[in-house]
Amino acid sequence: MNQPKTIIEKIWDNHVVHQEEGKPDLLYVDLHLVHEVTSPQAFEGLRMNDRKVRRPDLTFATMDHNVPTIHRNVIKDAISKKQMEKLEENCEEFGVSLADIHHPDQGIVHIIGPELGLTQPGKTIVCGDSHTSTHGAFGALAFGIGTSEVEHVLSTQTLWQSPPQTLQVKVNGKLGTGVTAKDLILAIISKFGVRFGTGYVMEYTGEAIRDLSMEERMTICNMSIEGGARAGLISPDEKTVQFVEGRRHAPKGEDFEQAKQEWLALATDEGATYDSTVEIDADEIEPQVSWGTNPSQCVPVSAKVPDPDEVEDDSDSVRRALEYMGLEPNQPIESIELQHVFIGSCTNSRLADLRKAASIVEGRTVHEGIRAMVVPGSFAVKQQAEEEGLDKVFTEAGFEWRSAGCSMCLGMNDDIVPPGEHCASTSNRNFEGRQGNGARTHLVSPEMAAVAAIEGHFVDVRKYDQLVKG
Amino acid sequence: MEAFVKHTGLVYPLNRTNIDTDQIIPKQFLKRIERQGFGKFLFYNWRYDDDGNLRDDFSLNYPEYEGASILIAGENFGCGSSREHAPWAIQDYGFRVVIAPSFADIFYSNCFKNGILPVPLSGEEVQQIIEHAEKETYHLIVDLKSQKVYDENGWSASFEVSEYHKNMLLNGWDEISVTLNYEDAISAFEASRD
Repeated sequence: MNQPKTIIEKIWDNHVVHQEEGKPDLLYVDLHLVHEVTSPQAFEGLRMNDRKVRRPDLTFATMDHNVPTIHRNVIKDAISKKQMEKLEENCEEFGVSLADIHHPDQGIVHIIGPELGLTQPGKTIVCGDSHTSTHGAFGALAFGIGTSEVEHVLSTQTLWQSPPQTLQVKVNGKLGTGVTAKDLILAIISKFGVRFGTGYVMEYTGEAIRDLSMEERMTICNMSIEGGARAGLISPDEKTVQFVEGRRHAPKGEDFEQAKQEWLALATDEGATYDSTVEIDADEIEPQVSWGTNPSQCVPVSAKVPDPDEVEDDSDSVRRALEYMGLEPNQPIESIELQHVFIGSCTNSRLADLRKAASIVEGRTVHEGIRAMVVPGSFAVKQQAEEEGLDKVFTEAGFEWRSAGCSMCLGMNDDIVPPGEHCASTSNRNFEGRQGNGARTHLVSPEMAAVAAIEGHFVDVRKYDQLVKG
Repeated sequence: MEAFVKHTGLVYPLNRTNIDTDQIIPKQFLKRIERQGFGKFLFYNWRYDDDGNLRDDFSLNYPEYEGASILIAGENFGCGSSREHAPWAIQDYGFRVVIAPSFADIFYSNCFKNGILPVPLSGEEVQQIIEHAEKETYHLIVDLKSQKVYDENGWSASFEVSEYHKNMLLNGWDEISVTLNYEDAISAFEASRD
């Protein structure tokens, strides 16, 4: 009988082009996603060396980081404009498909991959973007790469990679009502830290993970990198297969039936072992809010900001973070005054996220002094949301309703948080200056962001449900 | 790529943990389409005030660290975004070596593509170097062949690096040229899956 294997080992073994003692493996890449920010220097490298894109058919480009989310034709920033034009030129010259700013397939690269059915179980997927880990939700081995590696993949369709260590993140039990996938991943990173996954590929397992929808699984895998893991994935099951079926780039007919069997067989075998395992109980997790300047610095909404004099280690980092965030030790999370709410990003801008936020916002009004915006993850998400009338729900409450892009997650376009102001954000990083120089980011779920927009400060969404029903 | 064999340089200590690539090079500088010229934006929000003047309270701006070429910092250096603009900025500023107790995976591999040697040392060794470099002008010699870091007073430490990365840096190889030698294997792999 064959040795039981993890999905990570199975996908790896299926993609080794060349193996040699003393070298990493030469690994084949099935799908290369490209965007405007991390690709211009790679294409320029090809041009300088008179090289081609080896597999334009396995390469797919879009524009997301820089794009304006209000008026599509008004790109105020000349350098942003140039970067987008460069991508158009490069895709044209090298024969790569591009969903440009006016294309109906445009969106955040990690939202459109799954939407178009490009993302499939068992694939190796790379992109010059650390949140490529998102695609791991489908049981794909997906990870972010640098621009030199982008050039390498464009030219050779491969990467030199050492086999990773495997880490099981086992989530026992069930998430409580009102506790979301975002709270789960924040709680995982809060418990194990921002580097517990370094050097590993993670596989999320356990009952709570199986219970998650595909959208929720994407939220989990998206933030693997915030725990240090270049990739995080979830073994495929019937939910995975159903999500992919019928999408434009998914196999059709008999091919699909065959693919389905292969995909399901990728799941980690009973008895397979991991290099390491960590465990967390889902039923103990509460809605989370980040208070600091890295994603591990978060606490339950009912808790207080920590006191640097009382933490066990790295009190300097806590002190620095509180200073940057303008927070007092022991300040209750619910007392933090907010000025901005951002619902968007590759973590939480899918239709399911917007529906959940809208269900809270419906019939209510954004709190005075709050600027709130919703930025759908893709053109398709926007369109579907509008068909369902979600845009009206948001705009009638006082939210701004924008076009698709990365937007305020990293403020490369005009959507930024001014210095010293606090933002409840459904994005993935609360680093210093991430949403704008001096901006103070609090990472939360879409549900928590929606409640915060209405109330002007953080409120436990579970209590809010009761208030509303009562 | 510029080869890296042995380097002697002034140490700049930045005693912070989890320095993310957003701090190394903030997003507003990622719009450029060139590989060069990022050095002046290194640690931009820490180095410059709101008016764009150098801050005199950030240590990299201290005159004693002018010309530093060895950067040393706390654990998990280079976490966050995959932006290769981070090593470009570090290299363009004049650093050839980054020492830390641990590095984020993507940043670590990005360094080797740009002639920068990331050197993992123990937390204790890193603290020794940081304290020394904070107190007085401190030079280190970093030798990739022997995988050693040492000073003129007999202090030394060893570090790990894979044979693959080591050879790549020692020879300054262009990785794509190396891989193109395996084109037959790549084609055969593709054919086997059709």
